[in-house]
Amino acid sequence: MKKKKMSIHRTALLMLVLAVGLAACGTSKDEPASTTEGGTTAATGGDTIKVGILHSLSGTMSISEVSVKDAEMMAIEEINAKGGVLGKQIEPVIEDGASDWPTFAEKARKLLSENKVATVFGGWTSASRKAMLPVFEELNGLLWYPVQYEGLESSPNIFYTGATTNQQIVPAVTWLLENRGKKFYLLGSDYVFPRTANKIIKEQLKAEGGELVGEEYTPLGHTDYSTIITKIKEAKPDVVFNTLNGDSNVAFFKQLKDAGITSKDLTTLSVSVAEEEIRGIGADVLTGHLAAWNYYETTDTPQNKTFVENYKKKYGNDRVTADPIEAGYDAVYLWAAAVEKAGSTDVAKVKEAAKGLEWDAPEGKVKIDGATQHLYKTVRIGEVQSGGMFKELWNSGEPVKPDPYLKGYTWAATLSVGN
Amino acid sequence: MTQTWSRARIWALIGYAVAAAAMFAAPLYLSDFRLNLLAKFLAFAIVALGLDLIWGYTGILSLGHGVFFGLGGYAMAMHLKLQASGGRMPDFMDWSGLTALPAFWKPFESLGFAFLAGLLIPGVLALILGYVTFRNRIRGVYFTILTQALVIIATTLLIGQQAYTGGTNGITGYSKIAGQSISSPDTKQMLYWVTAIFLVVAFVLCRFLVKSRFGKVLRAIRDGENRVRFIGYNPALYQMTAFAISGVLAGLAGMLFVLHVGIISPSMLGIVPSIEMVLWVAIGGRGTLIGAVLGAVLMNGAKSEISAQYPDAWTFIMGALFIVVVVFLPGGVTGLVERLKFRKRSVSEHEQEAVRHPAV
Repeated sequence: MKKKKMSIHRTALLMLVLAVGLAACGTSKDEPASTTEGGTTAATGGDTIKVGILHSLSGTMSISEVSVKDAEMMAIEEINAKGGVLGKQIEPVIEDGASDWPTFAEKARKLLSENKVATVFGGWTSASRKAMLPVFEELNGLLWYPVQYEGLESSPNIFYTGATTNQQIVPAVTWLLENRGKKFYLLGSDYVFPRTANKIIKEQLKAEGGELVGEEYTPLGHTDYSTIITKIKEAKPDVVFNTLNGDSNVAFFKQLKDAGITSKDLTTLSVSVAEEEIRGIGADVLTGHLAAWNYYETTDTPQNKTFVENYKKKYGNDRVTADPIEAGYDAVYLWAAAVEKAGSTDVAKVKEAAKGLEWDAPEGKVKIDGATQHLYKTVRIGEVQSGGMFKELWNSGEPVKPDPYLKGYTWAATLSVGN
Repeated sequence: MTQTWSRARIWALIGYAVAAAAMFAAPLYLSDFRLNLLAKFLAFAIVALGLDLIWGYTGILSLGHGVFFGLGGYAMAMHLKLQASGGRMPDFMDWSGLTALPAFWKPFESLGFAFLAGLLIPGVLALILGYVTFRNRIRGVYFTILTQALVIIATTLLIGQQAYTGGTNGITGYSKIAGQSISSPDTKQMLYWVTAIFLVVAFVLCRFLVKSRFGKVLRAIRDGENRVRFIGYNPALYQMTAFAISGVLAGLAGMLFVLHVGIISPSMLGIVPSIEMVLWVAIGGRGTLIGAVLGAVLMNGAKSEISAQYPDAWTFIMGALFIVVVVFLPGGVTGLVERLKFRKRSVSEHEQEAVRHPAV
């Protein structure tokens, strides 16, 4: 009896040793030191330049992020077909963030220190970006983040190719106040983006003569909106400003329609509903409702025509392009252009070269603002059509300078951290 | 008989010594990244030990250990965030509309306080939960459901109180620990050793507990709670104590996790991580302490490795692996070892028999 037990221990311990060894395999301390002062050299060592792609390929966010990954892969293929960057092919290293923020941090660390990638394209949720940020700052990496977000951030190691608040939310509120009415009802999922966005909107309403008639948050994934729809009916707002995310939009809009409220009775403007989400919710439910973005599949530029054509050819005719997808695509081209200009993948040099860099994106001309590492982007308000596409109602005419801390707005003085 | 016993014991001691040496020498042969990963796995192994204590030895299945783990993690994260903010309010409070640091955050300025809080808060919570449930003889699946409810309450609370907890984003962006830069390789190595030492301490503590009279009562409760009660013991007291110790270990693991990973978020307290923790124990082999440690290290190592190799398909591979283990290795890895030994011995005994009584 005793003997048997001891042998279990012995063998189990052997396995523990093996496990420790397993963790060690494939690595050794004498790998060439990766970083010279301020940049990666190993990334450019061979015939290829390695770049990381870090999105959620599993879990709740994968439905959105896989499309962005696809667009980034397409951009890499296109650039490679034209000879790559600095005469070298780009080699993507794909990792799964698994919709889990600590995993994003772990995988970012792996890409930078094990794969020695020159840059990383990745993230969707603000939470994933906030989790990766310290890793990129610590290892002096470079992250290209492709989604509109709540602003109030500008890391020296991140390029933000999606909109900040003054390129989406703030102009949308101004437009709504001028065109649809003064009474606002704020509805959002309970996490950082809606809460921060609504904080900004409330200040703006005060300053620009709007009126707040209600504010509600529901947990992520919430699907019962009957009470909230009743509250909306009672409050009689002119506009529902919708910052719900994911599945909740399906439930909210279906129940709104079931309650007999159409876009003719009530304006809703969403900032997280794009072509991809419309496909999931159903265009019939959303027809006539509004959204604010910088890009639509229908945006009329020659670059976009080619982009949409290529995307559909590659991934299927039923696929659609949308704002974050396009921003991910832009990110790869902007990085490649900066590397060409810098003549190196060194982070400091690429950042320097990226300042003021312009590119004809599918959404029109974009330019990197050196101070904030955000893009100048054109703001567009669109109306959902019966086919699931957007019809543009208004645009800002020219790319708007990014202002993540809203320093250009006096009413926002209490919001900004002052960096 | 005594001779084989002591020989086996010597072997076991050698085995433990080799494993410990391999663990403590890891900084010599692992890259910084791998060391960081291993450190995280060792932290997970500490929760697994605690879970094994209550599930493997006492027969209480908790699907809520993510909460105790997370509370420890948050305690340490609050301290680190205050350190990084350098006397000012943490950034997320600012953008969530607070104007002053909430009073309950202030004591976390002190590392000692944060450390104690990270141990005691989960411990006391486990004790309270244990008190109200075990005393009322709530057990089995009902207890397990309660622990799941605890998970939902905790995550909802953390997400809802964004101004105080950082919401879904959690708390991240640290710079210093005990005056040292948290990202410097020296600090990281030191933190690795700290984790390894805590694992050894936790292991020795658990081993002492399960070998003691206390441990025998726990096993007796697992195998027949009513009998234990009839003999005159109060099972609730033992269950509460084991559950509280398990909570403390989870809190300790959570603190170490935050030091290595650099972020804590409500997702780490969620239902999925809570179940995953139980899976480590199941796969390693419940009811053996070394099995819990092995399970945590092997499963997480496999997860990291497989997800890097097959980013599109790793969830399916991991799922298949779980099914294979549950169907074919009900006793986990250590159970497999036991079975192999058993078969080998019975075969050899059979052979001996055959030699003694050759077929006519």
